Amino acid sequence: MAVITEPAAHTGRDNRLASSQTRRGRPRGLPLALNAVSIALGIGVWWALAALGVKVPQPTEVVSRAWDLLADGTLENDILVSLGRVLAGFVLGTAAAIPIGFLMGWYGVVRGLVEPWIQFFRTIPPLAIIPLAIVLMGIDEAPKIFVIFLAAFLACVISTFQGVVSVDRTLINAARVLGTRDAGIFARVVVPASTPFILVGMRVGLGSAWATLVAAELIAAQQGLGYRMQNAQLYYDLPTIFVGLISIGILGLLMDRVLLVAERRLTGWQERR
Amino acid sequence: MTSNSPRPGTQAAKISVQAVTKTFSLGRQTFTALDQVSLDIADNEFVTVVGPSGCGKSTLLNILAGLEEPTEGRAIVDGTPVSGPGPERGVIFQQYALFPWLTVRKNVEFGLRTARVPRAQRRERAEYFIRMVGLEDFADALPKMLSGGMRQRCAIARAYAVNPSILLMDEPFGALDALTRVKLQEQLLDTWSKEQRTVMFITHDVDEAVFLANRVVVMAARPGRIYDVIDVDLPYPRSEEFRLSPEFAALRNRVWHSVYHQDGTTPSSPPSPSLTTA
Repeated sequence: MAVITEPAAHTGRDNRLASSQTRRGRPRGLPLALNAVSIALGIGVWWALAALGVKVPQPTEVVSRAWDLLADGTLENDILVSLGRVLAGFVLGTAAAIPIGFLMGWYGVVRGLVEPWIQFFRTIPPLAIIPLAIVLMGIDEAPKIFVIFLAAFLACVISTFQGVVSVDRTLINAARVLGTRDAGIFARVVVPASTPFILVGMRVGLGSAWATLVAAELIAAQQGLGYRMQNAQLYYDLPTIFVGLISIGILGLLMDRVLLVAERRLTGWQERR
Repeated sequence: MTSNSPRPGTQAAKISVQAVTKTFSLGRQTFTALDQVSLDIADNEFVTVVGPSGCGKSTLLNILAGLEEPTEGRAIVDGTPVSGPGPERGVIFQQYALFPWLTVRKNVEFGLRTARVPRAQRRERAEYFIRMVGLEDFADALPKMLSGGMRQRCAIARAYAVNPSILLMDEPFGALDALTRVKLQEQLLDTWSKEQRTVMFITHDVDEAVFLANRVVVMAARPGRIYDVIDVDLPYPRSEEFRLSPEFAALRNRVWHSVYHQDGTTPSSPPSPSLTTA
């Protein structure tokens, strides 16, 4: 898994012609090797710190704790519960954000009505909503999913709206002079032209969904990665906290990769500098 | 010298601009982009419009395209006043305006899809016009892989594909280098001779204006108005020989004077081409 986003890999499906060869020119193996070296170094430093007596568990302790938690099914269950919350909130959030963002960008009236609320809620960190959500919705799944929804929604709605507003006027005119009417312009010009913005919004939204999840689980949950770490904190169980942190990091990274692949496939037509 | 409407209001005119005035407000000031402009263009005529920046030539084109509305007066195409854009008036923009997410082929097919032309027929028509502009090897390429000249050829094919009777071209070669420009001018005339259309071509390049046109319309700025109309009564096809001929040079000098010496301060001798920068 290449953590560095190498521009050499930015070749969409249709790039068979002309300049694609020059872009492919750079060796692909190098960034991967650098990533591997960097990760190995990081673990080495961690090991050294632990050996020097800094209060962190040895990497081996963390691995064996992860093994134990996997063996009794706790880690799998926590991951599934946390993933379920993130995905539910994220899917609901983007599903609401994309149409609302489009409407805001396309109709001045909708924009005027919706924008103050979005700007207002944007200034409140989703975490600050948690106490209110818990009081109103209890300690079930609802408040957690709601704050994750809010985080994903706010990130995605703004960039969708930005995408629609910044569609090149000349492209809309080009479609109009070819006889295309409003509905066609929307579906065939505005939607594809704002796809890059939407995908960036989704990636940002996913990031804030993760961040919010852990905090939500720290406050009120009986299972999930955040809860597991909170619980471990009570017993001074550092290896478990590390297992939780690393799991969250890896899961977040994997989900981001999935969106990145989608982004490359859908927006490979963009001219990149 | 000033003759506002060279071929006044015959009903047969393909395009008839009648006393069009366009004003914009910039803050508290009102800016007159076009002042009482009248112009008739005959069927299959190739008219170039040249003038200093701010003379309203692009505004005139946008009004004919239906992208802007005149403040006063009206634009008539085929006997009907223009109200909004339509596929019978193809527009070619200086910035190419290709849809970057579509291949050359899909770009050319765009207007045909709008017109609900069946798939097979769409393919065939697109194929024909892609070949006409010489892009057959790049039919499946995305715009980002094309050079500026190739992009503009694709835009020309896209405009032709919906079979417009009028082509409105807004400085289409303005962003290209001189060599490519000359090549595309010749290709455009070649295409035009095969597929005759009424063309209004905006440019700021005097050579280009004379090389392409049946008639050169010179505009003046502040307020934007027609300053002079110069007939180019020289036969097509035109090639390099034409470009280097004394007739071309004479016309070019005339247009040059008309564009660059609009205050009536005519110099004693025509400016030498080597000293001029447009």
